[in-house]
Amino acid sequence: MEVIDLAWWKLGLATLLILALAATSHLSRLGIARSLLTATVRTIIQLALIALVLEALFASSAFYWIALMAMIMLLVAGREVVARQSRRLRGWWAFGIGAGAMFISSFTVTVMALIVVIGPDPWYAPQYAIPLLGMMLGNNLTGISLALDRLNESVWRQRAVIESRLMLGQTGQQALEDIRRESMRSGMMPSINAMAAAGIVSLPGMMTGQILAGSPPAVAVKYQILVMLIITAGTGFGAVMAVSWGSRRLFDERERLRLDRLLKP
Amino acid sequence: MPAPSVALAWRGTGDLLLKGLLLENVCIGGLDRVSLAVPDGQVVCVSGPSGSGKSRLLRAIADLEPHSGRISLDGTDQLAVSAHQWRSQVMMVPADSQWWFDRVGEHFSDAAGDRLPPALGFPPGVMDWSVSRLSSGERQRLALWRALTLEPRALLLDEPTANLDGDATVSIENWLLDEIHRRQLATLWVAHDLAQIGRVADAHFRIAGTGLEPDHGSD
Repeated sequence: MEVIDLAWWKLGLATLLILALAATSHLSRLGIARSLLTATVRTIIQLALIALVLEALFASSAFYWIALMAMIMLLVAGREVVARQSRRLRGWWAFGIGAGAMFISSFTVTVMALIVVIGPDPWYAPQYAIPLLGMMLGNNLTGISLALDRLNESVWRQRAVIESRLMLGQTGQQALEDIRRESMRSGMMPSINAMAAAGIVSLPGMMTGQILAGSPPAVAVKYQILVMLIITAGTGFGAVMAVSWGSRRLFDERERLRLDRLLKP
Repeated sequence: MPAPSVALAWRGTGDLLLKGLLLENVCIGGLDRVSLAVPDGQVVCVSGPSGSGKSRLLRAIADLEPHSGRISLDGTDQLAVSAHQWRSQVMMVPADSQWWFDRVGEHFSDAAGDRLPPALGFPPGVMDWSVSRLSSGERQRLALWRALTLEPRALLLDEPTANLDGDATVSIENWLLDEIHRRQLATLWVAHDLAQIGRVADAHFRIAGTGLEPDHGSD
């Protein structure tokens, strides 16, 4: 089956829809026109640029270019984790914990999926490695930032309870037990919900894209299942690490709660 | 070196190793080089205007706030044991008690609920109560019992009867003194009511400026 390429002017038709929505919003004073248009321009430019980068990357397929691309993706994701937490750790800790957890979980799981499950040749073939890593990082980013945001916010609010538990001789980690559980749940919820709704309520984006691009549904579904499983596993391990490192940083060596290490929003 | 404002409540002599809680040159907040001894089984009261740092002093002794100086229990330095071990021996009961589970009993070990002392004035089923049902006075009394069931060796009480009315105050005081003597707990008791201090204190110190000064006027 041939893939139907889209002409650029046809994308213009879709853009007209956005313009119509912006006009409607403007006329009825809903106040989303500006951010809608900015986001539209951003998505067009960013994706057009990434197409150029990917084309170049696919043509060269040198390992160091792919590694460089992966590093840039990680750094941007790390920055985004920081930006999505309203109360975050001071200094480089917020970035370090987020990026570190994403690095270990996303990269390990992606490399494992490439080598053991998919097995392209070479294993880092960019057609497989970059989209897979991108999906891993994107979901990991959501999970880790939700978990850390919940952790910091809950600790901030429940200061009195946590200190009372410390006074009763509990360790810092015991005093945070409930909060860590909540944080994990809030980080994992999007992935678990996505798995529960997949195929019934929603056709996942990647599978839809593959089918539109001409893959047989059976193949597309297998890739989708693989991706969902490794995304959930990766997000889960990433959130476990982030919550555990983040909650350790909230106490000092004498197990005192150190809210002064959190930045005010 | 300037002489520290040593204020010892220690009445015994000859022992080099104090059995009890010992503070040497502790600096925390506005308090500067506070030294104080609280022997086992005795109650030392600390009073002072609000904002003078009484609670912070207790928090420093419980090692919840960074401070300088030496604090030890029966000769064992605070820093020689892990922080949670220290706090399980030197237990602070804050003025506003916190309850984080739904049911009262979840905050206690199983046996502790059955041994609930009658002096606290609770009916037998209180461990099954929902926490939201407790009044502030009831919470405070249960918080004292919760701390005692963990068998600490020293108590840091921050206004332990602040939410109680007159009759309840006296009966809780008596119960606490009884436990303190029976268990030989070194007790630092922050209070503002001079009548109460007169009833419970073996020694009384007042926060004056940056230090503690002994008060003999109350009894």
